[in-house]
Amino acid sequence: MPIDPHYETVIGLEVHSQLRTKSKIFCGCPNIFGAEANTQICPVCAGFPGVLPVMNREMVNMAIKTGLAINGTINNFSVFSRKNYFYPDSPTGYQISQYDLPIVEHGELFINPEGQSKKRVGVTRIHMEVDAGKSLHEGIVGASWVDLNRVGTPLLEIVSEPDMRSSEEAGAYLKKLRAILRFLEVCDGNMEEGSFRCDANVSVRHYGAEEFGTRTELKNLNSIRNVMRAIDYEVERQIDIIENGDTVVQETRLWDANNNSSRSMRSKEDAHDYRYFPEPDLPPLTIEQSHIDDIRARLPELPDDMAKRFQDEMGLSEYDAGVLTASKEMASYFEIANQVVTVAGKKNAKATANWVTVELLGRLNKNGLEIEESPVSATNMGKLVALIQSGDISGKIAKQVFGFMFDDGGDPEQIVKEKGLKQVTDSSAINSEVDQVLAAHPEQVEQYRGGKTQILGFLVGKVMQATRGKANPAMVNSLLKDKLG
Amino acid sequence: MFSDPTVLSISQLAESLKKRQISSEDLVNSFLERIERINPEVNAYITIDRAGAIKAAQDADNRLDAKQGGPLTGVPIGVKDLFCTKEVRTTCGSRMLHNFIPPYESTVTSRLKAAGAVMLGKTNMDEFAMGSSNETSFFGVVKNPWDLTRIPGGSSGGSAAAVSAGLGVAAIGTDTGGSIRQPAALTGITGIKPTYGRVSRFGMVAFASSLDQAGPMTKTAEDAALLLQAMAGHDPKDATSIDSPVPDYMASLNDGLKGRKIGVPEEYFATGLSTDVASVIEEAKKQFQDLGAELVPVSLPTTKQAIPTYYVLAPAEASSNLARYDGIRFGYRCENPQDIKDLFTRSRAEGFGSEVKRRIMLGTYVLSSGYYDAYYLKAQKVRRMIADDFKAAFTKVDLLLTPTTPDTAFKLGAKTDDPVQMYLSDIFTINVNLAGLPAISIPCGFSRDNLPIGLQLIGRPLDESGILSAAHAYQQATEWHTRKPVL
Ligand SMILES: [Zn+2]
Repeated sequence: MPIDPHYETVIGLEVHSQLRTKSKIFCGCPNIFGAEANTQICPVCAGFPGVLPVMNREMVNMAIKTGLAINGTINNFSVFSRKNYFYPDSPTGYQISQYDLPIVEHGELFINPEGQSKKRVGVTRIHMEVDAGKSLHEGIVGASWVDLNRVGTPLLEIVSEPDMRSSEEAGAYLKKLRAILRFLEVCDGNMEEGSFRCDANVSVRHYGAEEFGTRTELKNLNSIRNVMRAIDYEVERQIDIIENGDTVVQETRLWDANNNSSRSMRSKEDAHDYRYFPEPDLPPLTIEQSHIDDIRARLPELPDDMAKRFQDEMGLSEYDAGVLTASKEMASYFEIANQVVTVAGKKNAKATANWVTVELLGRLNKNGLEIEESPVSATNMGKLVALIQSGDISGKIAKQVFGFMFDDGGDPEQIVKEKGLKQVTDSSAINSEVDQVLAAHPEQVEQYRGGKTQILGFLVGKVMQATRGKANPAMVNSLLKDKLG
Repeated sequence: MFSDPTVLSISQLAESLKKRQISSEDLVNSFLERIERINPEVNAYITIDRAGAIKAAQDADNRLDAKQGGPLTGVPIGVKDLFCTKEVRTTCGSRMLHNFIPPYESTVTSRLKAAGAVMLGKTNMDEFAMGSSNETSFFGVVKNPWDLTRIPGGSSGGSAAAVSAGLGVAAIGTDTGGSIRQPAALTGITGIKPTYGRVSRFGMVAFASSLDQAGPMTKTAEDAALLLQAMAGHDPKDATSIDSPVPDYMASLNDGLKGRKIGVPEEYFATGLSTDVASVIEEAKKQFQDLGAELVPVSLPTTKQAIPTYYVLAPAEASSNLARYDGIRFGYRCENPQDIKDLFTRSRAEGFGSEVKRRIMLGTYVLSSGYYDAYYLKAQKVRRMIADDFKAAFTKVDLLLTPTTPDTAFKLGAKTDDPVQMYLSDIFTINVNLAGLPAISIPCGFSRDNLPIGLQLIGRPLDESGILSAAHAYQQATEWHTRKPVL
């Protein structure tokens, strides 16, 4: 979206990601989504008198993992705090969180916005906290219901520096962060189900200004697309205000995706005083350096490292490597396909990458499908590329075969066999087709022999047409040259 | 066999129970009869669990018959009404929880029950343990068995009165700023507050989480050792409970006082101490010397800061701990709420008493932005200084000896209009909680108007053995702890 070039946009993002621990953060209840209301709770979840929270170590390990993955400092000493506020879905009347001493600080991640070069975005902090329940209003008259199943779900709040300068960068940041969390297998990154939630802090300032403008906080952003749309809307809104000689008010605004607009939720004056203080029921969290080192040693390969490997070892372009490591699913699809090609003795990562990024992603996008929903399996994709590499089918035929695979599924070897699409490499079979074409086009043969050699292409086309594309084009070429020579 | 078994200590009863000279069921019935007769006057119990007690006594008798009992098997006790007891109403002395029946059992009561102790009922207390006189209970004031016109102390006033009046062999209390020791002193019984973290807080309705600690209230130090043995120890359900082995308190009980250095902090004998308490404590000090202890003058300069520090930190934690009482999931709910805000505010306004509200407001204030540094943060710093003072003293001495309270039990209603005067009655006990140390109060004499006076022994962290054996040595040589009020 075109933005007034006199203004610079400043964006910082706060992401809440639910961690996929087996049990909840402070009790033994299972950490699952979608169960019947108030069936996954215990006295700790429901904030009953006298019960106490007990820290889930799995959560701590996931927080450490995430911190290491973004090059953050893992604090050996961190403290839990209470954030106090009354709300029906917060049974204790406070949220256990981390305040002045979070578990991770000073991280960073690198984003690859489309059409831009790599950019660093600072991550101020990551802290652990507990999710609240849900108030249910729909279909209920004169009351609200509360579902406490979500109470106690572990959350990581990941706070970025105000380092992003456009909605595209914000989108790229979220995609990268989500990919990292998925690579680490700590969060499923599902924004619609709320396991990966984002609030955006947005301000604008004149280019060259040192001070940040007044920021607003945008909430209710349930997809990356909505985050980007809401930011664009907000930037325009703020610029309009400034251009009209007014000042932007610090407030929290709620995005309305249906109307493509936002409305004020609460102003700075209405902001809660959360009365943070150290949680007396939980001792400070101390983490041994050896434990951190241990987790570091067992970190899986992360998107940036993988992209680098794809470039260094497979010779892929930076762009292709970036696309192929955008998600764990994408990377694993590519790696399986490439493995199949390699095992077939036809190693060609570039060709594989090309087929995945161009043909497959093109078709998937057109059909609104994700890589994990691809009707063409990674193994079959690899087999198809192997068939091309071995010369069994031409690139042109391959596109046809790919079409069948995408529409009806299936093994490309089978399809080629059943539909008789195997490339003809038998010189005697091609020989007779060449003879027939030469006999049928004496005029063109005459022209070629008279020095108009560019006519060869026409003759090759005729042979290919006669073999319905199956003839090996290189062989056709050399046979024709021989006979015309 | 016994004319009145309700006057005996645990160790005396255990012997008779073991020899099957008396059954637990008979014993429980004797107590229930006595409670029926005396409780209406004293008001020590909020809830009597008659059926549960008899059933538990019968189980205990079966174990004793099979020679499987331990020292607590079949022993009837009272439990302060802030320990959650499964299927037995737990009110915390508040209208807010007047109808609350927990679906779980506190670690303390489940350990005591596992050891065979029989719970007679739930004892009265200041509302949410906030008070020093047991006058803030929604279920009425508790009276001091030594003089029914006087307070028994608080907040474990019901437990103290129950033991003093023979309405239980012993009772369990909790101590956040003196709530075991102060009522123990004012009713002439023994009460120990263990090191913070020695006893699990799981299932104890929280007042101030960083200060609350459960402990036994008994007739003797020996009984306190027996009960603490069963209560203490690490609990995975309480992250603040200490993971270190529990020593055998009975094994060291007879260690005696010979050669032990007992510090006497001068600040505890400065102005404000009543003449009766001062002279009785003087006598007790001599007794300790006679028993072989060396008395050493020490100084705890931060003593004066204890009350203001406590009344910032404890209400701060309480204001947050009590936020869960919102009328939604359990407890008191106002009639016909108009909306959610009305439900919250009216349920809380009607469910909490005035002392609880005062502390919630105080706590909310000191945590508010703009005041946090001046109050809460500063109080945290002073708390560390207080702990450091004790640490320094304990490099020179093994124990500290002080009066438990500056005066004897005051008249009912005497301080209800003056919260600060009320708060000052905990001046000698509060700093022990702030430092997280173990301390015991034992009877050491009487005032001229025949009211009990208590003496406090403070120990190093986790040195419950040391204070129990010192108290036991004193009790072996004196008879103050054997005196009973006439009812
Ligand atoms: Zn739970």
